[in-house]
Amino acid sequence: MGIIVEDAVKTAHRPEFGRSGGNGSRHIIPRDARSLGLRESHPSGSSAIWVGIAAIIMMFAALTSALVVRQGASMDWHHFDLPNILYFNTAVLLASSITLEMFARRFRQRWSSPVLGDSGSPWLYATLVLGAMFVAGQYLAWHQLNSEGLYMASNPSHSFFYVLTGGHVLHLLGGLIALVYVTAKLKRFTLRQSTLSMATKYWHFMDLLWLYLLGLLWLKM
Amino acid sequence: MHDTHAHATEHHGPPRTFIRKYIFSTDHKVIGKQYLGLGLFAVFVGMGLSWLMRLHLGWGNLAIPGMAWLSPNGAPGGVLTPEYYLQLMTMHGTIMVFFVLTVAPFAAFGNFFLPIQVGAEDMPFPHINMMSFWVAFVAFCILFSSFFFSDGPALSGWTAYAPLSTVGAIAGPGQGLGQVLWLSSIAVFCVSQLLGGLNFIPTTLDLRAKGMTFSRMPLTVWAWFITSTMALTAFAVLMPACILAILDHVAGTSFFVPSNLVVSGQLIPHSGGSTLLWQHLFWFFGHPEVYIAIVPSMGIVSQILITFMRRPLLSYKVVIGCMVSIGFLSYMVYGHHMFVSGMNPVSSIIFSFPTLIITIPATILVLIWLGSLYKSRLRITTPSLFALGFISMFITGGVTGFFLAQPPIDIMLHATYFVVGHFHFVMALAAIFGILGGTYFWFPKMFGRMMDERLGKLHFWLTFVGAYCIFMPFHYLGLAGNVRRYQAFVDDYTVHLLPIHRFSTVAALFTGAVQLIFLYNLIHSRFWGEKATDNPWESTTLEWSTSSPPPYDNFGGRHPIVYHDPYQLGIQSVSGADYIMQDSPEEVRPEPTETH
Repeated sequence: MGIIVEDAVKTAHRPEFGRSGGNGSRHIIPRDARSLGLRESHPSGSSAIWVGIAAIIMMFAALTSALVVRQGASMDWHHFDLPNILYFNTAVLLASSITLEMFARRFRQRWSSPVLGDSGSPWLYATLVLGAMFVAGQYLAWHQLNSEGLYMASNPSHSFFYVLTGGHVLHLLGGLIALVYVTAKLKRFTLRQSTLSMATKYWHFMDLLWLYLLGLLWLKM
Repeated sequence: MHDTHAHATEHHGPPRTFIRKYIFSTDHKVIGKQYLGLGLFAVFVGMGLSWLMRLHLGWGNLAIPGMAWLSPNGAPGGVLTPEYYLQLMTMHGTIMVFFVLTVAPFAAFGNFFLPIQVGAEDMPFPHINMMSFWVAFVAFCILFSSFFFSDGPALSGWTAYAPLSTVGAIAGPGQGLGQVLWLSSIAVFCVSQLLGGLNFIPTTLDLRAKGMTFSRMPLTVWAWFITSTMALTAFAVLMPACILAILDHVAGTSFFVPSNLVVSGQLIPHSGGSTLLWQHLFWFFGHPEVYIAIVPSMGIVSQILITFMRRPLLSYKVVIGCMVSIGFLSYMVYGHHMFVSGMNPVSSIIFSFPTLIITIPATILVLIWLGSLYKSRLRITTPSLFALGFISMFITGGVTGFFLAQPPIDIMLHATYFVVGHFHFVMALAAIFGILGGTYFWFPKMFGRMMDERLGKLHFWLTFVGAYCIFMPFHYLGLAGNVRRYQAFVDDYTVHLLPIHRFSTVAALFTGAVQLIFLYNLIHSRFWGEKATDNPWESTTLEWSTSSPPPYDNFGGRHPIVYHDPYQLGIQSVSGADYIMQDSPEEVRPEPTETH
């Protein structure tokens, strides 16, 4: 083996090889601003929302595949009609996405216009109310299923119904907390565009996720 | 719009109270040290468990002093019951894989050094970062608490296969509450690592300093970035799996419990579940998890070797490409843990193929390290010794993986000591050597003092020899048919292997004792070590451009601008040094024509 081992003595030798490390920049001089690769970074860390969305997608992907496998594992899958309130809840959630988007646009315009006009906060409150309505509606759906005798453990299809809708509602509650945080920031005039943008993306994702779950539940149950 | 650079510090200055400084700190450096402390505690707990296991394996009727007091149910008279052996084994694996190998190289060093190496002041969400550590700490407490309930911890292994792990207390001691605590602990740990990922990835993507393009990021940053993307997707799958298993325990569901199962003479009321489903979900996480354990060490070892060879590796881009390929392929290989599970043999072939392919980037990495070392003038220090040790362990562990990747061979070797030897070499040895190398390398930066070099070298040599003595015989044991997860060897074909087990036990106790040298060195150096300069190793990345330890905002108000790629070493600098720091505006002079 050709490793030359040396004790901790500093050497000023030229390297004995011609390869360069990194991007080979050692051979390029002089440097001007362009070659420095200066860029405007986004110090808000807004890519985090996509990180979170990716993680949640993986979680529900795992649950989807578990559902598919479990359904095929045994002949005990009970098909049942989804409670009608779910469709009403879907409309509520879609409406909340619309109201949130209305608020977000007004907020963006407010920053770009010199006059601080209507901040659009009623739209934000409407989103909060609609979000809470969705959560209440999901609870009603569970209650309805319970009264029909469909519990968590009564059948695997019921189990998955509760796990999927429950998981979604828990994440949605997180989104509601984020929107409450946004409201608090707005009241103190310290709301950042990046914060609102992250909360908005998350909320819309919750909407899309619900549409996917509804489709999955309708298809499989 | 005032999205300023001082995002993390704009609302408050440095913390003043003890609680804010050391307990509930949002400073990524403190969080990194807290994770390191957790990993250090966990590794000694895990090692202690392994000594108990090995003592019992070598001498089955041995009354281990103190055990009767520690666990009257599990070790009456000091002799471990068979079930207690399995419980200790489960906790050993779980603590080591999660709370040492995920925590130390990724959460500990990553938290401390990722922001500094990219030139940021802190992570973008310091409070979420703080929560990530404390949630991990809570997870450890939940797991550890299972020792203190009368039935003890779970005994289904760190893999917690169904139906053993999902039928409840009827399956054995610890399978009721112990298993629920295990599942809860792991689910909580998943949340902790997902919260960590929410910081790691945006730091790398969004908070890099001016001039720090992707091709100028140090290899450690690439390693942590790749690891955090793996952690994100893998832990997000394990968490729902654990939740479904908990529901099987507490809610009477049947995700993983099959029909017509009779345990201890009783018919289990659940039905219809799929035990294989648990294996698929677990290993979809489990295989990326072991690469999460090793990829940061690959970055750390690269960084150490470059620093002490005083020149870059043969190819920066290829090293990154290899780490990315390993990360990508790691999702496609998980079925190689399930070759004998009863799944379709065609699936086995399909999983075997990428498993063999993943050896290619791993081998290329090893060849790059070895090729870069060829004719280099490597400075021998404790970190560089551990880096060399890593390469040795990784090669040994890696080649045995190549055998196990092939279903016909794996059918003979599955669940034998051959597998145990393989994964201990790559995880317990290689990954740990990466962690130890990183500790010796970065201790001056983290604590402002140098570790004792003689003690460090002694620690290395004794550990290196001792570790080979413990685990090398395992390959022979496996080939001879020694089954794993057995607590005693009384069959015709295993009883004559006992002397080898006893040799391994003695080596394990010896090597364990040697770690006390490391512990002493850590503690003594922390308080009384020689003070460290900013850049004692004459390295080039950004963490060495700030003080040891770094100030609260990492660079003392300065916003570093990066001018060079990270490994400008072995060149002539105007100051006479043979390196140029990444943030030095000095231009690199062209080399004269090389002579070979």
